Amino acid sequence: MAEGIRDKVAILGMGCTRFGERWDADPSDLLVEAFTECLEDAGIEKKDIQAAWLGSHIDEINIGKGGTYVNAVLHLPLIPVTRVENFCASGTESFRGACYGVASGAYDIALAMGVEKLKDTGYGGLPDSPAFGQLMVMIGPNATAPGMFAQLATAYSAKYNVPMERIKEALTHISWKSHQNGAKNPRAHLRKAIPKEAIAGAPIVAYPLGLFDCCGVSDGSAMAIVTTPEIAKKIKPNQDIVTVKALQVAVSSGEEAMYDTWDGARILTTRAAARRAYEEAGVKNPREEISMMEVHDCFSITELVTMEDLGISPDGGAVDDVLNGFFDLDGGGVPCQVDGGLKCFGHPIGASGLRMLYEMYNQLLQRWPEDRLVKNARLGLTHNLGGVPTNNVCSIAIVGLLE
Amino acid sequence: MVGISSYGGYVPRYRLNRFIVFGAMGWLAPALLMNAQGEKAVANYDEDALTMAVSAGINCLRGFDRQSVDAVYFASTTAPFKERQSANILAGALCAREDIRSADFTGSLKSGTSALLAALEFVRANGGRAVVCAGDMRLGKMGSVQEMYFGDAGSSMLVGEGDEVIAEFKGSYSLSLDFVDHLRGAFSKYDRQWEERWIRDVGYGEFIPTAVKGLCEKLGMSPGDFDRVVYPCYYGGARKGINKQLGLEAEKVADDLSATVGDSGAAHALLMLSRVLEEAKPGERILLVSYGSGCDALCFQVTEAIEGLQPRDRFSRSLANRKELDNYIKYLVWRDMAPADTGLRGEEEKIIRWSLEWRNHQAILGLQGCRCRACGAQQYPPQRICVNPDCGAVDQMDRVFLADKGGKIFTFTSDLLAASINPPAIYGNVAFNGGGRTLMDFTDCTLEDLAVGKPVDFSFRIKYYDPKRDTTFYYWKAVPASEEVG
Repeated sequence: MAEGIRDKVAILGMGCTRFGERWDADPSDLLVEAFTECLEDAGIEKKDIQAAWLGSHIDEINIGKGGTYVNAVLHLPLIPVTRVENFCASGTESFRGACYGVASGAYDIALAMGVEKLKDTGYGGLPDSPAFGQLMVMIGPNATAPGMFAQLATAYSAKYNVPMERIKEALTHISWKSHQNGAKNPRAHLRKAIPKEAIAGAPIVAYPLGLFDCCGVSDGSAMAIVTTPEIAKKIKPNQDIVTVKALQVAVSSGEEAMYDTWDGARILTTRAAARRAYEEAGVKNPREEISMMEVHDCFSITELVTMEDLGISPDGGAVDDVLNGFFDLDGGGVPCQVDGGLKCFGHPIGASGLRMLYEMYNQLLQRWPEDRLVKNARLGLTHNLGGVPTNNVCSIAIVGLLE
Repeated sequence: MVGISSYGGYVPRYRLNRFIVFGAMGWLAPALLMNAQGEKAVANYDEDALTMAVSAGINCLRGFDRQSVDAVYFASTTAPFKERQSANILAGALCAREDIRSADFTGSLKSGTSALLAALEFVRANGGRAVVCAGDMRLGKMGSVQEMYFGDAGSSMLVGEGDEVIAEFKGSYSLSLDFVDHLRGAFSKYDRQWEERWIRDVGYGEFIPTAVKGLCEKLGMSPGDFDRVVYPCYYGGARKGINKQLGLEAEKVADDLSATVGDSGAAHALLMLSRVLEEAKPGERILLVSYGSGCDALCFQVTEAIEGLQPRDRFSRSLANRKELDNYIKYLVWRDMAPADTGLRGEEEKIIRWSLEWRNHQAILGLQGCRCRACGAQQYPPQRICVNPDCGAVDQMDRVFLADKGGKIFTFTSDLLAASINPPAIYGNVAFNGGGRTLMDFTDCTLEDLAVGKPVDFSFRIKYYDPKRDTTFYYWKAVPASEEVG
């Protein structure tokens, strides 16, 4: 394997808007909000940015195609702006582009952006967006995201012989925990703790997922400015430096959708990307070494199986870990969704990967108030899963303090 | 010898009790009480004349090589297109060959028997096999007599030659008349009829006996020579009169299915015939008469081969697969007779791209997949590079027919977010018997009918209807296999 980019790229600054139903904001407002914070945090001037990447997912609303909208808003001085789109991994893909730009030596300082304006559709949930070719648009089922992910639960129940009631109990705990964390976060979309009875009794959206098993559909933007560790130390001599330890992406091979071997209760891409990310970062035992995580809890069931796919829980063991509080903020395990997750912080698709990194970065720098700070955090992991369980893209990033 | 080689009926799963219609509309038309008996078969929201004809055809062709069919004929007065031949969609769904004869028969309720006659004449002239599939889904206005007695169904007859023939064709007599008892203009959705007493007395009461007498004269027979007599006529009084006029014993005259199905239009005579063929015995003579813009009268004699055709219950099994639709408003919404709000999400449009459809028409219409010659993996939709991660052979694929293979449920859900006029949207991953998986809509079921590992059959259905361009798009859905169908 190639040696990877571990400790070759440092995060110089980050910005993130308040996520939510931003009826007040155009994508341009969201971009300006995140960019202003990011530039100030980085301690540089706009003209120091040599290249930019942009992640956004849905073309039909939001900013449309290409990078021109963004640069007409931010007025970056005729530098390359490259739009990347890879489902829910788009934000992390934008970050990957910027990191590789710096690690390759092509640029000293690069910008990674993500923005998504979803709440102009007029309805709840995500709009249909053709993703698996026009044939599948014509013959694929009348499906939605919750319906596609909900099927993980029926397969999980069958594979591990766990009654659906027990799975629902774990899913309820997952969403309860994210609401607990989100309630403490002023930038989160959903900032209210919800009792478990209300979560468990909520109306069903797609069996067996109820309303509280589904993440927020939000507007928002997040950004990162990256550079080399050497430049970072020069610009910020008196501050800890957060570096990238691993960045990996995996895409479905068609095996899950069409072949007979996949069990339906795991995500093959997450497993492949995690294995490569741990190798790149030098992580031997993730359950012990990862300090905290932001994973792709688009739906509670996704978070459940992700705990196994990341190798934090043994196969078939996530239900017990969840119910034992292993992923709670103060559970003594690996805190997960410490900012509220997609569930409560929100999920403006193209911004989500960068929002997760924003949380890890600020946690590592111990910038948050005591009540939501992860103590002695050393390594943070972020995970995005785009598409559907049968056909998806997974991105994983591991960031940590430069030692 | 030329004649019928197989038969199939299809009665959609939902049945609407006529008293429910009366309960909703009796205030407007109190006389409907006269018709408020029994139930009518109601096509599901994703069915139409063509899909029911396909289902009947699949039923009819069980045990026969579909590639052996040389002509495919469709009959209906409610075809989904004015231009775009339904018979070709039907042939695609049945996985027939492409070098075949195809035709649509339409415009009258006797088009089902007209298609059957054309098939018989085709085989007599050319040999081989011809399949006729009929379906109708006629609409009466709310509170009309037609709404009461019309029923939705499909029926099918396979015509062949030689030893496989179960009912030999002996001859026919046709009467063609511009007798306008019913009328639907080119842009009309609902049936309009003239006075019922006239239809009863002049239409059924005169034309059916005339046709029967004409046939008998031609064949040197008398009506009493027939062991089984099939003719549609929903007027009980008229049936008695016709039987009396022709000297027919009531027990030889087939049930017209009014109480269980309703009048299924162009499909009805063949539907009744499929019911009769289930019980027919070698040597028996069958009289088949259709009605509508005149009559076709046909004579068949049952052969010994009928005892070798299995299964025989190709109509009754479908009739027995029954679920009550206890909601008249739901029926109206399904038929777009009452505008229902499916939310802003429901306003999103899907464009049907015909050039793309044509490139993939075998996969779409016929649910044809492929099997890798290198490793044997069956896969759908057809791939050029084998999906087996340990194989990856390029362009080593043979075509496979999946529509009649069935499968098993791998994952499933029931989705209330998806816009639908029949929520929840139920769908999941289905594993084909023989290998490969695909994601599909489920139909004719509820969440409670589903479990991982449960067997499913595939059914040709409306995938969606584009109202702006008046276009129906068809595809396959999974239906949990009832125990009796297995």
